[in-house]
Amino acid sequence: MTFAYAPAPESRSVVDIAPSYGLFIDGEFTEAAGAKVFKTVSPASEEVLSEVAHAAAEDVDRAVRAARKAFEKWSALPGAERAKYLFRIARIIQERSRELAVLETLDNGKPIRESRDSDLPLVAAHFFYYAGWADKLPYAGFGADPRPLGVAGQVIPWNFPLLMLAWKIAPALAAGNTVVLKPAETTPLSALFFADICRQAGLPKGVVNIITGDGSTGAELVTHPGVDKVAFTGSTEVGKAIARTVAGTDKKLTLELGGKAANIVFDDAPVDQAVEGIVNGIFFNQGHVCCAGSRLLVQESVADEILDALKRRMSTLRVGDPLDKNTDIGAINSPEQLARIRELADAGEAEGAERWAPSCELPSTGYWFAPTLFTGVTQAHRIAREEIFGPVLSVLTFRTPAEAVEKANNTPYGLSAGVWTEKGSRILWMADKLRAGIVWANTFNKFDPASPFGGYKESGFGREGGRHGLEAYLNVG
Amino acid sequence: MADVTASDGALRRFLHGLPGVDAVGLEARAAALGTRSIKTTAKAYAIDLAISMIDLTTLEGADTPGKVRALCAKGVNPDPTDRGAPKVAAICVYPDMVGTAKAALGDSGIHVASVATAFPSGRAGMPVKLADTTEAVAAGADEIDMVIDRGAFLSGRYLSVFEEIQQVKAACRRADGSAAHLKVIFETGELSTYDNVRRASWLAMLAGADFIKTSTGKVAVNATPPVTLLMLEAVRDFRDAVGVRVGVKPAGGIRTTKDAIKYLVMVNETLGEEWLTGEWFRFGASSLLNDLLMQRQKLSTGRYSGPDYVTVD
Repeated sequence: MTFAYAPAPESRSVVDIAPSYGLFIDGEFTEAAGAKVFKTVSPASEEVLSEVAHAAAEDVDRAVRAARKAFEKWSALPGAERAKYLFRIARIIQERSRELAVLETLDNGKPIRESRDSDLPLVAAHFFYYAGWADKLPYAGFGADPRPLGVAGQVIPWNFPLLMLAWKIAPALAAGNTVVLKPAETTPLSALFFADICRQAGLPKGVVNIITGDGSTGAELVTHPGVDKVAFTGSTEVGKAIARTVAGTDKKLTLELGGKAANIVFDDAPVDQAVEGIVNGIFFNQGHVCCAGSRLLVQESVADEILDALKRRMSTLRVGDPLDKNTDIGAINSPEQLARIRELADAGEAEGAERWAPSCELPSTGYWFAPTLFTGVTQAHRIAREEIFGPVLSVLTFRTPAEAVEKANNTPYGLSAGVWTEKGSRILWMADKLRAGIVWANTFNKFDPASPFGGYKESGFGREGGRHGLEAYLNVG
Repeated sequence: MADVTASDGALRRFLHGLPGVDAVGLEARAAALGTRSIKTTAKAYAIDLAISMIDLTTLEGADTPGKVRALCAKGVNPDPTDRGAPKVAAICVYPDMVGTAKAALGDSGIHVASVATAFPSGRAGMPVKLADTTEAVAAGADEIDMVIDRGAFLSGRYLSVFEEIQQVKAACRRADGSAAHLKVIFETGELSTYDNVRRASWLAMLAGADFIKTSTGKVAVNATPPVTLLMLEAVRDFRDAVGVRVGVKPAGGIRTTKDAIKYLVMVNETLGEEWLTGEWFRFGASSLLNDLLMQRQKLSTGRYSGPDYVTVD
């Protein structure tokens, strides 16, 4: 007899998914102009969860007009009144957090442990945090009377559907803007449930509009002349395309794009916690994290020790049903993403890096990729340069702190980095030298609404979170 | 490893050269393991396993032969309504109660563990501590739970602590050449930092401890999940480095089935199956047993049990 954990599935019965959804425009769910719909599936089972309307150009126009109409009254409300709505939304999210966590796990494939313990608490925290700012904008350091920008067109990715929505909508609304938000094609459901929460909170019509669709819908939204502000989180490739279309207009733009973060482990690191941090850095959310620590830079003198410990730890990761409360690694979000991960992992092998994965049984239906690490990786390998956005870790070594900095910075990206050492002075020195928007010391993938998040170089510009996050939604020059 | 204990300086350099412990990360890992959801068959397995790992303990000034005999009877047959319930691993008492416990347990296979070395404070001269140990072993103790001199440890006299453990280990030897198992109690609540706990773990293992144990149960902070996880990691690293297996015993403050299962999950995911037996992992506890029995009754009957359906001893 062994201590095998019996299945401990979270119940699906807490969430009631409708067979089809329309677009949430001007406070109502409405049909899309064209009859076009698309299916959203559970990546863990390939089960169709619902059919969702595809917003065409005229739907986008309708949504932007609704937001424009609502802007006048919403922006004129005293900040304290806007705060009340945001506080109410935050509380409803907390009350419905189990339902939303299960929904997020179904639609995205992430383990319920993460949606329950990480995503949902952060979503509520973001609304609470920016609710607090709504009546204090004159004291945020942007002048005596900073004004909202108008209508924000927001396009978010599939890796943290509801959390990215919160990062976008909470500061926009606190600052007095109205929004049209497009969730990702593969994960539209939690945004549609959020639309219901807006109604439940009595949010005035048109302040939040949710339109679903694919990349073409997103393109319609960001190019719509009625949009004053574009906020995008997603791939660098799409981010560049958006930057080109917005260039020459008076739209304000913030981009939060890809990353290839270095997680740097020195020989005096707290070994067991560093190993946890490496695992959390790359395998959290199946590695579908723009700030994932996808490049492990380990000091050569402790590389063997750290790698042995890391492999041992990876062997205990539990891959499988995302709704099981004991699952550590869930499903890859889509077949397209799975194909991309496979392609890059195969390239790693073809280029001569050594591939290792613990033996783990993957479910036969759904999209799965075992946690994988590559050793013998050099700066020239594709897996050291391109964002994989999956549970694949590239291990490189360094000899001195200066070399660590040089290798860490030697990437077109600059979103995040991690430093593991017991030496405080080295942490400060490294943080000063690393060209990354976020530097974690002796931890990784820690998020807080009070802390600004954003990148250098091809990882984008603008900050989300904290006081800095308000700036993107205020007319501050 | 002999040269690291050759002098106070060498031992200090070795212990201070162990990797540091990041408190935030350690506590986060212990908390994450605490969210494992152990249900149905896994829960039934864990409950029986936990019962079989208990050092059922009474360490009171008011202990009497009658109390100790009652506890022994409970250890042999924990659940009067179900003779199929596993028996506990050991009965843990003060040295003067070893004879009583030994007689009461007879050939049940349950060990008698005795605290020793001026438990719980350890504030006595070495001859007193050794006499304490020898007396318990002579009375038939199968296991000795000694306390380290925290004062010596905190003032940096590591070699003194090391030698003390070695001497007690020697005192555990019986005339026939066999020896009582030695558990070394750190009183982690008094060592205070995680770095100290890792150093104490290595120190005790190098000195020959068969088990390392968190606490006496007599101070404000006793066993905690992070401290126990850290000790499990030290045991794992010691096994890898030296090839010697050592057991772990969290003690004090573990009162519920839920808590006990969290500890078993930590053992399972840190040291693995091999350590999931009473030979290598123990709970020092008294009230835990009744909670385990109530949960066990709930699983087997489908009805919630209550405190009047388990025995008060």
